[in-house]
Amino acid sequence: MSMPFYVSPEQLMKDRADFARKGIARGRSVALVQYADGIVFVSENPSQALHKVSEIYDRIAFAAVGRYNEFENLRIAGVRLADMRGYSYDRRDVTGRGLANAYAQTLGSIFSSGGEKPYEVEIFVAEVGDQAADDQIFRLTYDGQVADEQDFAAMGGAAESVAAYLKEHFTPGLPLDGALRLAVAALGHTETDQRTIPADDLEVAVLDRTRTLPRKFRRLNGDSLSGMLSGA
Amino acid sequence: MSTASSSPGVGRLPDAFLSPGTSSFADFLGDVAPDLLPARRSLPPGSAAELAPHGTTIVAATFPDGVVMAGDRRATMGNVIAQRDIEKVFPADEFSCVGIAGTAGLAVEMVRLFQTELEHYEKIEGSTLSIDGKANRLSALIRNNLALAMQGLAVVPLFAGYDQRAAQGRIFSYDVTGGRYEETAFHSVGSGSMFARGSLKKLYRNDFTADECVTAAVQALYDAADDDSATGGPDLTRRIFPVVHIITGDGQHRMADSEVATIADRVVGARMQRPDGPNAALT
Repeated sequence: MSMPFYVSPEQLMKDRADFARKGIARGRSVALVQYADGIVFVSENPSQALHKVSEIYDRIAFAAVGRYNEFENLRIAGVRLADMRGYSYDRRDVTGRGLANAYAQTLGSIFSSGGEKPYEVEIFVAEVGDQAADDQIFRLTYDGQVADEQDFAAMGGAAESVAAYLKEHFTPGLPLDGALRLAVAALGHTETDQRTIPADDLEVAVLDRTRTLPRKFRRLNGDSLSGMLSGA
Repeated sequence: MSTASSSPGVGRLPDAFLSPGTSSFADFLGDVAPDLLPARRSLPPGSAAELAPHGTTIVAATFPDGVVMAGDRRATMGNVIAQRDIEKVFPADEFSCVGIAGTAGLAVEMVRLFQTELEHYEKIEGSTLSIDGKANRLSALIRNNLALAMQGLAVVPLFAGYDQRAAQGRIFSYDVTGGRYEETAFHSVGSGSMFARGSLKKLYRNDFTADECVTAAVQALYDAADDDSATGGPDLTRRIFPVVHIITGDGQHRMADSEVATIADRVVGARMQRPDGPNAALT
């Protein structure tokens, strides 16, 4: 019988964290910005079919970076959990906090269990309230940590330079087109240059609290998106 | 809430949530929480028909821009009026609605399941079901209810929607075994349906505007209430009028109560002159 080499728990966790972090940094970033009537999500994603931002429930949206199959799994689990909760209780009883907790427990136990490879994902769970002050944004990392975000947030790829740009230029109470242009500029910003991402390569969605329907999630594309980007 | 707790880790999502597979909410519930499905309950032998209120008449009619569905407001329990302002027509999704006749409690639960089913599919797949797909899913939900139907708790819906591919309104009726039948022009279900259908036969024209189509539906419900004790007519003292949903290429919406009231008042006004309603041409 062969004896395994001893690996200290610290080293083991560090290795797993490095592994997950590398996977997440490989992709492109997702940014979200709070505006006067809701939250706008922007990512550079040329694919029309494989979404990084999607609807979970009436007021709750999901955005993710990292390995597609892994965050797609989490997204479907979230839709199932939310629909089941809304069906057995009431639509109002489905909350972003409950969902973020379930994701945190799931990611955390996958990260620390020896049998599974850690998920190489980072996700946002965002919920719009009746007023901007009631909006909630949660950031969940590969190890199940939850952080509360305010005003704006970025993850994946060169998240730090995107977040730095947002921090410098964000003002509260922006209109939708202003917030959208800010997020797009931030995604195109690196320390050395500033590129303009074409509208066709953007995936944009909003949680819009002014919508009369209970479902506040809406995708922006085509002419309405390019119109907003050009400021027309 | 959930009965599934097979995976380790407190609060972790059970494996069934994370496993790829079905886009159907009802199938998913069947796997993880079958007790939440209306059809998975067993009753002691005997008839349960007299236990719960029944909803009655629903009519639907197409017009060139879409389809209209209307339902009266009465629920009965034997000879008693259980509720006089019940709502029996519900939006199913953006382009369809469903009206229910039969055991009210089960029917409302089935509508909730159907609504969740359509929304769930839309979110998971990123596209909406075709109208035939929606009609077939409703069929499956009704079929699951067959055991309860045989004990007197039948649910018979009427489904109407706008087919965006064919650019027209479509109507589907069902039997208790889940049989699905597409209807042309107009249809009605529930205890007063034969009177409503007879009425629509004489009133229906295929060049209706939306308002005319609603008027025909309100006339048909009036005729149903005239001859069927379980169908409620316009309640002029309490100002309770039929629930009307209009579905066109722009989506479905519920007609405002005040607009329905205007049409119902006109119908009732004309009936003051001729109680049997408008005369149809003889040939």
